Amino acid sequence: MNGSTAFSAAPRHAASTTPVLEVEDLSVRFTRRGEAGTQAVDGVSFSVAPGETIGLVGESGCGKSVTSLAVMGLLPKRGVQVAGSVRLDGQELLGAGDRALRKLRGADMAMVFQDPLSSLNPTVTIGVQVTEVLKEHRGMSGKEATEEAADLLDRVGIPDPRRRLGEYPHQLSGGMRQRALIAMALACSPRLLIADEPTTALDVTIQAQILELLRELVQGSGTALVMITHDLGVVAGLCDRVHVMYAGRIIETADRGDLFARPRHPYTGGLLASVPRLDTTRGTPLTPIRGSARDAIPWAQGCAFAPRCDSGRDDCLTEVAGSTVPLESDGAGRELRCRHPLTVPPVAGSPTTPGADR
Amino acid sequence: MTAALGSTRRDKIDELAARAGQVPAGGGGVSLARSAFRRLRRDPVAIIGAVIVVAFLLVAALAPWLAPRDPLEQALLSEVRQGSIPGSREGFPLGVDQLGRDVLSRLIYGSRQSLLIGVVSTVLGAVAGMALGVLAGAFGGWVDTVVMRFVDILLSIPGLLMAISISVLLGQNQYALMIAIAVTQVPVFARLLRGSMLSQRDSDYALAAKALGVKRSRIVLGHVLPNSLSPVIVQATLSLATAIIEAAALSFLGLGDPDISRPEWGAMLSSAQAVLSFAPMLAVYPALCIIVVALGFTLLGESLREALDPKFRR
Amino acid sequence: MTTEPTSPASGPLLQVQGLQVHFPIRRGLFVDRTVGHVRAVDGVDLSIDRGTTYGLVGESGCGKSTLGRAILRLTEPTAGKVLFDGTDVASLKPEPMRHMRRRMQMVFQDPLGSLDPRQDVESLLAEPLHAHGLGGDKPAIARRLRELLDAVGLPEAALRRYPHEFSGGQRQRIGIARAITVEPDLLIADEPVSALDVSVQAQVLNLLEELQERLGLTYLVIAHDLAVVRHISDVVGVMYLGSLVEQAPADALYEAPLHPYTRALMSAVPVPDPVLEDSRERILLSGDLPSPANPPSGCRFHTRCPWRQETRCDDEVPVLRELAPLHLVSCHWAEDIRDGRLLPKSADEVAAIQGVSVGPTGADQPVDSMIGGVDEPVEFR
Repeated sequence: MNGSTAFSAAPRHAASTTPVLEVEDLSVRFTRRGEAGTQAVDGVSFSVAPGETIGLVGESGCGKSVTSLAVMGLLPKRGVQVAGSVRLDGQELLGAGDRALRKLRGADMAMVFQDPLSSLNPTVTIGVQVTEVLKEHRGMSGKEATEEAADLLDRVGIPDPRRRLGEYPHQLSGGMRQRALIAMALACSPRLLIADEPTTALDVTIQAQILELLRELVQGSGTALVMITHDLGVVAGLCDRVHVMYAGRIIETADRGDLFARPRHPYTGGLLASVPRLDTTRGTPLTPIRGSARDAIPWAQGCAFAPRCDSGRDDCLTEVAGSTVPLESDGAGRELRCRHPLTVPPVAGSPTTPGADR
Repeated sequence: MTAALGSTRRDKIDELAARAGQVPAGGGGVSLARSAFRRLRRDPVAIIGAVIVVAFLLVAALAPWLAPRDPLEQALLSEVRQGSIPGSREGFPLGVDQLGRDVLSRLIYGSRQSLLIGVVSTVLGAVAGMALGVLAGAFGGWVDTVVMRFVDILLSIPGLLMAISISVLLGQNQYALMIAIAVTQVPVFARLLRGSMLSQRDSDYALAAKALGVKRSRIVLGHVLPNSLSPVIVQATLSLATAIIEAAALSFLGLGDPDISRPEWGAMLSSAQAVLSFAPMLAVYPALCIIVVALGFTLLGESLREALDPKFRR
Repeated sequence: MTTEPTSPASGPLLQVQGLQVHFPIRRGLFVDRTVGHVRAVDGVDLSIDRGTTYGLVGESGCGKSTLGRAILRLTEPTAGKVLFDGTDVASLKPEPMRHMRRRMQMVFQDPLGSLDPRQDVESLLAEPLHAHGLGGDKPAIARRLRELLDAVGLPEAALRRYPHEFSGGQRQRIGIARAITVEPDLLIADEPVSALDVSVQAQVLNLLEELQERLGLTYLVIAHDLAVVRHISDVVGVMYLGSLVEQAPADALYEAPLHPYTRALMSAVPVPDPVLEDSRERILLSGDLPSPANPPSGCRFHTRCPWRQETRCDDEVPVLRELAPLHLVSCHWAEDIRDGRLLPKSADEVAAIQGVSVGPTGADQPVDSMIGGVDEPVEFR
């Protein structure tokens, strides 16, 4: 219990401290040969303070992973247009040279991917892959690096780290591989860690171990963590602030307590009402959201979620309202992109923060 | 806003809502083959490949009309001297060979023979190879082992040796040449189709068909085989290029068609060898033809591979 | 449609008895030698009543999918019986088995992979009818296909389209329509929603429930997501390394899990409720799943179990026994754990005993709980 109180005491609002990462009006457009371009990310802004964990939540295709790749500068150059601003400790990353970015990646910012097997080089031992990072970014000698690598593996809970250094990725289990990747990500104590669905490929008991590890890291080192996930349960347990994304835009932002107790956007509410929960009895009806993410309309035409939305009205459409739906402040610490937000929480649960209603 | 307007507008969002979760409106579905063709049509590499291939096919088909002269007529034989062969001139745009025959006309007629050998031997090789591949891929077990060992034996005999032996067996003629090249293609197709079928046999849709109670023969021939064909189609296109090169190589070595009334690029290359020192262009022209037509088939094959790749399926 | 009169036999529709699936591990340069077996399913008994849903949960590698496939003979069982409506399916010859498949169908995890990309929906749905000589003439088949599409909530226009033209949820609807084309009695759904987007999962779960009600189907739902299984199942079985470790009516299992593994599994599932998430007790397990090629002796869970007691857990294989009505559990110490007479060790301690480590542990855990003897249960909050 004491752990989680310490956790909630961590800086909740970025205002007081300088943020590690500031993303402003980030847009990513993919253009493919002979096809109309796709706007994968459309004016996304958020920031993360040291020791803070934010969640980017949404379904496949909502742009959450593209956002993270854009921040890391890992998108391919060809066929991709990135606009906006991404600042790490005040330093602009967009448009920065390859060499500058490569220096930052690994040293000041690191990323953990969903599939630990394909993120590791299968032909090289774990030890070589970890020490490589240490030599490159911390200028360590071979021996020092090996010492440090063993220490890192130990810190992320890999048993018998010295033996593991000599093993190849396929010799490790999925959970161990993810730990090894996290160890590599942490090799230079980065200020920012981006985790893109780090537990999706893992079993629940292993997921619990990894989430615990991440939680510990953020608390211990003050690393800023951007957690990208589709799992609302993971968000509920880990993130301080949550940004819900749909069709490339942020549609709702709130602290996790507020968001789950009082979801305002019909999409957020719909997601919560449509996932079966472990603590509800057999046969508790689920209220699905109709259609699929394919039914989204372009934001220029109106709210992308409107076709699937039960609260949708005509003024959700640009041609009726005369303007697109803006992302506006919605009470203390909340932002919302919706003209007809939910007023009653669709799921059982008492609101933890009263008021804040406009 | 008036109530009336409001109500008509209300329909607008309802209409949108009603469309959610529906399948896209409009005509029939787009099958994989059709969507692959659409992608192919937009791919510049495919277009270049196709243009080259079609151009050569047209030249071969229209040879009698395109060729300025008879490819066998030794029109300028009198002007050929030891150490000097007349170059390009009025009526002979690419000059003549050491027997005084028009090079351009020979190249044009040669395309018939080269393409014919390429296509026939590839078709023969593909059919035979696919038959073996289906046998191995469909039955598996000991049938697979026997067929694949046979294919390994074929593969272990050097192509040239095989071609010579076949020429000896069947006599030196163009059919022997085609068969010799076809035999060297067999293992490639057999292995490719077998491998592709084995992996498709483990696929979920084959399992699903089994679970539905579909007969085994229907699963293998109706589902597994058609889905295993795309790498074979790609390979056939690429093999055409190899077959043309191989035919040229065998002709070059004197194992080709002995009938001199049918000009052929490989044979032209071979005879140009003797005069290489003072008439290098006689070797360059047929070589260029071989390279360009092989390139055309290769470009087409590569873009076909990309178009048929399920990763690009959308 | 033909409605074969089902035998009036009451009792369970499906009974699995001592089912084993062992995959040989082959090695060798010229001749493959069998050097061992992966015991994917190692002696499972279960029975499913008509019209009910049995949920099978477990982590990857526990054998739950293999069990489902072995019941349908998509994977050949090594030993054991599969009694479907009184007939032992496991010993049927190929052709009778093929006919039997009409009555037992499967819904796959990957809706795109399980549909032949070259077939349009019409041909996909008509195929099972042709395979079993059902459906009658062309107009009758066309009518049946329309009925099916309607039943799974797809428009008629879908008939001319190909699998790749649909969204994930729509594809799964096609997969379900295909499975119910031949009016089966049993439907085995292997991870039916795990490949789908969150907002779409509920649609498919609701559809499955609706079809069960309308057609009186019996379900075996295999899933790793405990929340999904709880939502849809009447009875839930939990698998670990090839065996059932606990089986109970869904609500009973979730309210009072008795097996240590079930408890750990349930405590690990994240719940979309921050208040609950912060206050929950978490049982972190140490280490990974042992290899099913070389399973631990005694109780297979003893290497990771926070309640392990020397040496009984290491030596004696626990049997599945009924601790409460219909609540089966295979743990020597289930009563003592339930009544709080045994307390769990932390993951670190389990790891220390087993010679593996798990690194950072729960926030709920006192920092220096490493006191006390190895065998003595230590207070764990």
